[in-house]
Amino acid sequence: MALLDKPRRAALLDPLLRNNPIALQMLGICSALAVTTRLDKALVMSLSLTLVAAFSSLAVSLLRRHTPSSVRIIVQLAIISSLVIVVDQVLKAYLYEISLELSVFVGLIITNCIVLGRTEGFAMQNPPLTSFIDGIGNGLGYSLVLATVGFIREFVGTGAVFGRQVLPLAGEGGWYQPNSMFLLAPAAFFIIAVMIWLLRTARPEQQERE
Amino acid sequence: MKTDSPAYTLAFTAAVCVACSLLVAGSNVLLRERQEENRRLYLQKNVLQASGLVAPGRTIPDREAREIFSQRVEPRLVDLRSGEYVRGMDPRRFDQRRARGDPAQSREAAPNPASVRRIPNVALVYLVTGEAGARQVVIPVEGLGLYGTLYGYLALERDTTTIRGLSFYENRETPGLGGEVDNPKWKALWDGRRAYDENWKPRITLVKGQAGPPQRDPYRVDAIAGATMTSNGVSRLLQFWLDEQGFGPYLRRLRERGGP
Amino acid sequence: MEHYLELAIKSVFVENMALALFLGMCSFLACSRRVETALGLGVAVLFVQALTLPLNNLLLRYLLAEGALAWLHESLAWVDLTFLTFIVFISTIAATVQVVEMALDRYFPALYTSLGVFLPLIAVNCAILGGSLLMAERDYNFPESVVYGIGTGFGFLLAIVAMAAVRERLAYSNPPAGLRGLGLTFIVVGLMSIGFMMFSGMQF
Repeated sequence: MALLDKPRRAALLDPLLRNNPIALQMLGICSALAVTTRLDKALVMSLSLTLVAAFSSLAVSLLRRHTPSSVRIIVQLAIISSLVIVVDQVLKAYLYEISLELSVFVGLIITNCIVLGRTEGFAMQNPPLTSFIDGIGNGLGYSLVLATVGFIREFVGTGAVFGRQVLPLAGEGGWYQPNSMFLLAPAAFFIIAVMIWLLRTARPEQQERE
Repeated sequence: MKTDSPAYTLAFTAAVCVACSLLVAGSNVLLRERQEENRRLYLQKNVLQASGLVAPGRTIPDREAREIFSQRVEPRLVDLRSGEYVRGMDPRRFDQRRARGDPAQSREAAPNPASVRRIPNVALVYLVTGEAGARQVVIPVEGLGLYGTLYGYLALERDTTTIRGLSFYENRETPGLGGEVDNPKWKALWDGRRAYDENWKPRITLVKGQAGPPQRDPYRVDAIAGATMTSNGVSRLLQFWLDEQGFGPYLRRLRERGGP
Repeated sequence: MEHYLELAIKSVFVENMALALFLGMCSFLACSRRVETALGLGVAVLFVQALTLPLNNLLLRYLLAEGALAWLHESLAWVDLTFLTFIVFISTIAATVQVVEMALDRYFPALYTSLGVFLPLIAVNCAILGGSLLMAERDYNFPESVVYGIGTGFGFLLAIVAMAAVRERLAYSNPPAGLRGLGLTFIVVGLMSIGFMMFSGMQF
């Protein structure tokens, strides 16, 4: 099979808009709220999640024919937890200051519904490479939402992007009065709501029945 | 063995456990030294920022931070009750947070507004030599903010009352609100304020609205907009550690001796 | 005594798991369409949280923390197993959920059937693991863990039932097609959480 044949292409691209984990599958929302106050935090979280999702899907898929059905959830959890701990350790060793801010949420990747949702819902029934790509795809869909929310919140909430001041602040002689409400979590809800609205208006097949 | 037989299930889960343990324990063992070094360096950078040896907000390469720290900063251990230096213990090996949690090395605090629960008997301070030999003392401070404990360093000049800087290295506050304790612009407001009043009572506090420049308004610093609880927490924890249960006795001793 | 009351109120209102800390959102959004299911899930979460949080606290203190194994033998005081925290916590949670499942099936079969798939889903509810992780970070002792466990579980119950009550009414409304369902729910949660923010001004 070619590296990116139809099923694999679908696994990679569907989760971006057609079957977005946050906007349609309703997975992975908790972390989307807290780590999106700044774009850099959102991106580190997205990268960590994508890596964990991809490799756990790969591992679960490799073992799928050998895993007894009665313990499959626990085995998946064990694999996911181990990978998350390793990611956490690596962050603490190489990106210490960022790891401090992500603290409790890196651990929450373990219970991030996206990872378990895909290992249970996809990797258990599909070949390893496709599962790996599915993990990446869902990670990318998640990253898309997180990056958008993170960008909007940082830009409107502080006038900066990646820590660099883009809009001159009124408190320092400029004209921009930052809207601090965007730094609070409810703002993430509103932004995601608007994203869902736009997405579903463009793709009516995602709308919910009356 | 059939995939669903109990023997197989047991063997399989055991194998998965062993594999995962190796992965996890292995990564921890390999990376532990780096992590501890990172933490040490991070704390050192905060001491440098509080004392102004490195401008707040400026990031400097690790090597430079280590050099400046080893040349200009001297860690010392202080007995909080007597205010005297402690000899015979290596400051580099001392973990104040662990000492605080150990009943043999700490005591319960009397009820206080900062919600400090335990006080270690021995605390780690830093004596800093700045430009032209100017000496400062940097004391660790901690106390309850809104969502968790704030941990930071307060740098005082020779007279033990003029503040050079305040740097929080750990906080759980809302980014953009209480988290603004990390904002270099807010940190810069502390330079030149006074911690104690004429009778050596802790007087420094945060106030809503704008405080004037340090010359006219030495005891007050702007609170953080929208972060009342965090700002109150900062006022309270500073006043606690400057007072008798904290570093009051030690700073008094320093004054008697003419400075750090 | 005051201290525990304060902790209880904080964990139910000021730091509500669902509406202030935004943990457990996935099941919060998925199971809040009707009050019945919301109630079922809420009670299940309360139960699991109240059991696992104190249990995890004990494990942390006497097994994982640095120096924790000293009670077994003095020479083991150097052992620091904190890097295993995630795995140990989640194992106790998964095991507790399994036990609760079996107990319910045996002694309260009607409840077991009505909860259905939501019971095993609690094992991956971020609010449960998040609660234990917060307890670890804040260094609570055992009585505090008990209070915190019951408090956070109850807070979640309160939040999800309130949400379901609102959503049941919303089913009769007429939003734009793109907003129907999930979109509107997000907006409502946002508004509810702003409402809960008022609790953060409470001072004790």
